[in-house]
Order: sequence, then structure tokens, then C-alpha cells
Amino acid sequence: MTDTNTTAMEQSFWNEKKGIFSWIFTLDHKRIALLYLYAITAFFLVGMTLGFLMRLELIAPGQTIMEATTYNKVFTFHGVIMIFLVIIPSIPAVFGNFMLPIMLGTDDVALPRLNLFSWWLYIIGASMALLTLVYGPGSADTGWTFYAPYSVNTDTNVTLLLFAAFVLGFSSILTGLNFIVTIHRLRAPKMTWFKMPLFAWSLYATAWIQLLATPIVGITLLMVIAERTFGIGLFDPALGGDPVLYQHLFWIYSHPVVYVMILPAMGIISEILPTAAQRTIFGYKAIAISSMAIAFLGYFVWGHHMFTSGMSGEARVVFSFVTYLVAIPTAIKVFNWVATLYKGSIHMTPNLLWSTSFIFNFMIGGLTGLILGALSVDVHVHDTAYVVAHFHYTMFGGTIFVFFGAMHYWFPKIFGRMYNKRLSYISLTLTFIGFNVTYMAMLIVGGQGMPRRYYDYLPEFTTLNQISTVGSWVLVIGILMMIYNLVRSAKKGEIATANPWNGVTLEWQIPSPPPLHNFVKAPILSDKGPYDFSILDQVNRENLEN
Amino acid sequence: MFSNVSNFSNDVDYALAMIIGISLFFLVGLTLIMIYFMWRYDHKRNPKATDIEGHIGLEVLWTVVPTILVVMMFYWGYNGYLKMRTAPDDAIQIKATGQMWSWSFEYPNGRVTDTLVVPLDKAVKLDLFSKDVIHSLYIPAFRIKEDMVPGRDNWMWFIAQQEGTYNILCAEYCGDRHSYMISHVDVLPVEDYEKWYNAKEKKSDYPGLALLKSNACMSCHSVDGTRLVGPSFLGIWGRKEIIVLENGVEKEIAVEKEYLMRSLNEPNVEVVKTYSKGMMQSYKDVFTEEEKEQIIDYLKSLK
Ligand code: HEM
Ligand SMILES: [Cu+2]
Ligand SMILES: [Cu+2]
Repeated sequence: MTDTNTTAMEQSFWNEKKGIFSWIFTLDHKRIALLYLYAITAFFLVGMTLGFLMRLELIAPGQTIMEATTYNKVFTFHGVIMIFLVIIPSIPAVFGNFMLPIMLGTDDVALPRLNLFSWWLYIIGASMALLTLVYGPGSADTGWTFYAPYSVNTDTNVTLLLFAAFVLGFSSILTGLNFIVTIHRLRAPKMTWFKMPLFAWSLYATAWIQLLATPIVGITLLMVIAERTFGIGLFDPALGGDPVLYQHLFWIYSHPVVYVMILPAMGIISEILPTAAQRTIFGYKAIAISSMAIAFLGYFVWGHHMFTSGMSGEARVVFSFVTYLVAIPTAIKVFNWVATLYKGSIHMTPNLLWSTSFIFNFMIGGLTGLILGALSVDVHVHDTAYVVAHFHYTMFGGTIFVFFGAMHYWFPKIFGRMYNKRLSYISLTLTFIGFNVTYMAMLIVGGQGMPRRYYDYLPEFTTLNQISTVGSWVLVIGILMMIYNLVRSAKKGEIATANPWNGVTLEWQIPSPPPLHNFVKAPILSDKGPYDFSILDQVNRENLEN
Repeated sequence: MFSNVSNFSNDVDYALAMIIGISLFFLVGLTLIMIYFMWRYDHKRNPKATDIEGHIGLEVLWTVVPTILVVMMFYWGYNGYLKMRTAPDDAIQIKATGQMWSWSFEYPNGRVTDTLVVPLDKAVKLDLFSKDVIHSLYIPAFRIKEDMVPGRDNWMWFIAQQEGTYNILCAEYCGDRHSYMISHVDVLPVEDYEKWYNAKEKKSDYPGLALLKSNACMSCHSVDGTRLVGPSFLGIWGRKEIIVLENGVEKEIAVEKEYLMRSLNEPNVEVVKTYSKGMMQSYKDVFTEEEKEQIIDYLKSLK
């Protein structure tokens, strides 16, 4: 056993070529995925530190550790990093890149050069964003939403940051395009649309949103740059523009993009649960089609971010109604996931626990969204800490939890080694508790009327803010412990087998870590779809022979 | 059962409570089922999994039930909201203006205040304006907020139903002192309100002080020496300051009438060192020349 697996490491994509250039100019989808992983992890740590500092500032009313100007820059940079540099690329760029070609049974994405180019665009965009910290008149203080006319008038370095977001947008578009072409053209011969793993379906739905929605925000950001640089009146009323127009254009993109953040995560859950339960997914088609329904409906709800902006009453009613419609396919997914555990033969694993923690957090994220969709209630909680907690429940408790879960699921496949499971349970418990304390407190204090982006607050909000800050300490300790465990295990962990969780999708039919061209022989595809565990014995036998 | 501070708070709290109730039911229910399944179908108890590909009946059930529930939620939200957007014609109209970082309220008789005073049980309509960036007038106890968008008009209305003092906060991020953009609304019995409304404004010794208060000056300049966004007014007359000229050159001056006038008319040309440019808008056409003199008279008095 050990012998075959040490040779697996030697023959893997890790050892194919050496040296820094064999990485940063690689065309291998697996190496590109890892380049993204390292960059995204680094940015996540920066973003997390900023979030931690914000919570520290809010531990007591009045000034605690920084001035108001600094706080405003910190939440802006935190938001920009977490949205544009972490969560939008996160799952598609890392696990999509690494796993999609393998799960489809092919040796790379359709356009490997474009893939490398996307990564370079990402790095260029990220460097430009970082440059705003040290170059020019000080980093931006507008919030990640860049609302006009504030963003047109502030003397901070908004222009460069907007341009960074523009470049990052292109990186995202190109990744989406690549996945669409890959899914259309490179599926294994017998793999029809409804025999694709659900992760592939979710990436497909996501890719269409990236492709169709991102150009709108790209143009919008350029319009703000034009307004700042050449004084063209678009959004600033002092120049004859309309601030509400900006909000429309911004949210036409930025609502659909929340599905870019969450759909891939939903796809991964639909992979982990069948493997953990050793049975087929419940309601394959319902889950696949609901992804497409969410992607489609998501285009028509942007106005729910603007219920108090003074747009026409009828429009607000329509936006509220369509918002509620999105809840239906989302609920369908949750029900099907829970039903997938029914009559399974469940193996408790860290990746399963991350997934069920996700379902719990995401239910809170979704259900708090129902409250925001109700027009009269939204008027009250809009732009308060409640909203901040709501989107952390969906993006952090949702997507990032799945990202961590996916790390624990595919880690042995990618690195060929296993992490310390005991430590991973402890870090998950801390992260889960810390997360819920931090954001539940914010949810409540927002419901009591504390606005968001608040550097200082009224004394009556003190207790809940303190609870939230203490929660953030537990949260950060949990995450650091998890990262320590994974980083250490990547080098020193026990050697992993090809199929440690007894999965049947194609990535479990090749060695851990995979060889450069992924497949040494034709994978086994069941006629009954991607999650047919009756082929498990055959899969494991073949794995032994490799 | 619910808050009754304004004519909307009950509706909002009702919708909120109903949705939270339904949500908790699903959250707790699904979580318990999930935990039960993980225990009951652990591979030790259930070594052999059963493949179940789906169930049409269940899919229909969990499509239809959520659909009904969300339509109900939509209706509760819509219902309360319809009221918020239909103001009665006889409402008292007050012009509310937001400006970095203070509020001002102008009454039909021309009275201008920095806090809102309204009568009990009477409809009040606020016409909302902003002089610079977007602000959002938020009265948490009344469960209402609405944006003040520069270049556009917007409005909100309410009936205050309980005497008392309630916070007014700014809910749209508007810069450095966003979280200090606080005022309050006093709800008075009708007779007291009438008395207040018809009272002659107390003539202050310094008319300049009233001007400073109602034009957002005090949100950036303290009168007690505290450093805010701009230099404090305390002891400003005759003070030696280092200012930065347009070309970046620094120069020491004594603050007198010439510099004060310049700061009112073209505030971003010569800025005191360590303070940022672009924070203050020009008051050239906001004040008359006489008013500017009154302001300077007041500043002289702050020793
Ligand atoms: C690691 C722990 C984290 C902590 C302690 C944290 C904390 C916070 C805090 C305190 C705020 C500011 C609230 C306010 O003043 O209005 C905030 C804003 C925000 N956070 Fe986080 N956060 C964390 C992780 C994340 C993650 C993982 C994401 C997304 C993937 C995220 C996305 C955002 C966004 C978009 C904003 C809004 C920024 C803005 O208002 O412009 N955060 N966070
Ligand atoms: Cu949205
Ligand atoms: Cu404001």
C-alpha cells in the first residue's frame, strides 16, 4: 500500500516539473488551482485580520484602537478583499479548476492558456488593489459598494481600486467562459447532462452568471472612474448625474453575483453528502434544475437592495415578490440534502460535519433573508448590523464553510496526505461556535436599530457588541487552528489512499495525488448516474491495481 | 403585544414575529431531523445504505408549502409597506435636510431646528433632501427609514403614538462622522407642541451660533477644543496656524477675518495643516454677507 502511494506522489503533477516558473506559467489546471488556493488563502488571512480589528474597535463605544477614518478604510478593504479577491474566485477557481476536468473525465479545461491568463489577471488586479494602500492619496473609504456621489467626491484612491475590481471582473468572466466550454465539449463519452456530478451543474449555472452579469459592473465601475477623472456627469447630481442610477447598475450585477458565491458551494455539498451517506443523492434533477432556476431568477431581484432609495412603489413590490420566488428553489435544495442522509450508511467525517454546519448556517442565512424580503420589515432593518450578519451567514457561514469543508474532503486527493482528524474536529467546533456567537449578536443588535458601517455606537448597543467581539476571537482561533492543521499535514500528514472516503465520482478513481494527465485508464461510469455506490467495490479494486 | 410607538411599528413587528416563527420552525425542525438521521443511519447502526433516488410526492410537497408560505410573507410585508407609502393629505409637512453630518428640520412657519419636534397622534410628512452625499433618516423606534438622495426628492411619513424622545440615526454610510450623525425626535402632546411651534425663537446673544447649528458646522468643528474633522472653534480668533497653500507650500498665518471669510467661501484652497481637503463644502451662497459677519462675531467670543 504505502509503496504504491509513494510512487503515486512521485508520478503526480506535483513532481512533473520543478521550479517557480513551472508553476506560475503552468498550463495544468491542477497547478493553476493551487496557485489560486495559495493566493486566496493569503488574502483571506488579511481580510480576516481586518475583520478581527473591526470587531476589536467595536468592543466598546468611543475610540478603542483606531480613528474613524481608519475604520472606514478598514471595512472598505475588508469588503473588497473578501468579495473580489476571496469569495468570488474561491470555489470555482480552486476546486472548479482542480476537480471539474477530473470529474468530467478529461485531462484539462478546454482552454488552458486562457485559464493561466485568468490567474494572471487575478494577480494583476489583486496587486492593484494592494497598491491603493501605499500609493496615492490613501486607500478608499467608500465601502465595497462604492455608492455615488460619495465615491465620486472622496479624495481617497477610489479610482485605482475601481480599476482593480474591473480587472478582477475579467478574470472571473474568463474562468466562467472556460468552464462553459469545458462542460459542453469535454465530458467523458458516456456522461450525458443528467449524469454529470452536481458540482459540475452548479459550476455551469455559475459560469453563465459570471459571463452575463460581470460586464455590467465592469462598465459601471469605468463610468465612476470617468466621472472622477473627467467630470462627466453620470451619478453625481452636482454634475447633473443620478445617484440612484448607480445603485441600479451596481446591483444588477451584484445581486446575481451572490449566486456566483453560493451556487458552487451548494454543488460541493451535493458531492459530500452522498459520499458520506454512501447512497445516491436524493432528487438529483430537482437539485440540478433548481441551480438553473436560482441563476435565472437571480437576475430580477436586484431592487431589494434599494427599497428605501425612493424608487417607484410598484417596482419595489415586484422586486420583493421575485425575491421571495428565489427562496423556493433554495428551500428545495435544503430539503433534498437532508433527505439524502435518510437511510444512508453514514460515516462521520470532518467534511460531513463541515457540510451539516453549513446547512445550519445557511438556513439561518436564508431564513433571515426572508425577513429582508418583506418590504415593511426591510425598511426597518435595511443598512443595519442585521444585514451585515445576514450576509456573513450566507457568504461566510455558507460559502466559506463549504470551502473549508471541500478542503477537508479533497485534501487527501490534492496533497496525497491525510490531515489530523481530531484537530480538525476541534477547529471546526471552535469555528462554528465562534461564528454563530459573533454574528447572532450582530443580527440582534441590528434588529434593535444599530446601523451598519458604524464606527461608534450608542451605549444601549454595548453588551451585544461585546459578545460579538468575544465570539470573533473564538472564530479566529478556530480558523487558525484549521489552517495550521492543513498546512502541517500537507507536508507531514499520513499518506492517503486513492479513495479515503469511498467516493464513486471520477476523482476517486485516480491516484492521490493525480498524475499530470489525470487518467491512466478509462474511468468507470455507471449508467445510473454519478452517485451509484454499487460500483464502489469495482472502483476500489481498480484503485489497488494502479 | 407589539410596539406601538408609531403607526407602523405594530405592523412591522407583527410581520417580523410571524416570519421568525415560521423560520424557527423550519430551522429547528430540519436541524433535529438532520441530527437524528446522522445518529440513526450511522454506518454502525445501518451498515447497508438504501438508494432512494427521489420522491415526486415529497418534491411537490416541499415546493408547494414553501411557495404558500413565502406568498404569505410577501403579503405581510406588502401590507405594512403600503401604509408607509400612502401619506394622508393633511399631514404636517416638514422639510428634513441631511448634510455631513447633521440634520435640520424646517417647519411650515419657517422655524429651523436641529432636532425634530412633532405632535402626538398627528400625521407628519417629512420631505427629504440632502446637500451632499446620500444619507438615510432612520428612526428605529418608529421602524422607518428612507434615503435622502442629493438631486432627488424623497419623503416619509408617520404618526407618533407615544410621548417620548426617540433617536434619529443615519443609516447610509456618509463618511467619517457617519456614526455621530445623531439627533432625536420629541413627541409632545398637541397643546405643548402648539406652544412650542408658536413660541418666538429665543433671541440668542449671538445669532451666529444659531447659524452654525443649523448648517452642520458643529458636526465637524467643536467649541470646546476637541479635535473633530475640522479645527476647533475654541480660541480660533487670532490663533497662529500653519496652512497649506494650493501649491503645497506651508505658511504660518494668524486667523482673522480675511482667513475666516476665505474658509467660508473657498474652504478647500488653504487648509490648516494635518486636516484633509475636500471635507467642507463652500458656504459662499449659503450665507448672506451679514450672516457671515454674525458668525465671525460669534467665533470672536469663543476665547
Ligand atoms: C473572519 C472573520 C470575519 C470577521 C470578524 C468579519 C467582521 C466584519 C465586520 C465587523 C464588518 C463591518 C460591519 C460594519 O461596520 O458595518 C464586516 C463587513 C463585511 N464583511 Fe466581514 N468579517 C469576517 C469575514 C468575512 C468573510 C469571510 C466575508 C465574505 C466572504 C466577509 C464579507 C464582508 C463584507 C462584504 C462586508 C461589508 C463591507 C462594507 O460594508 O463595505 N467578511 N465584516
Ligand atoms: Cu440581492
Ligand atoms: Cu449621513
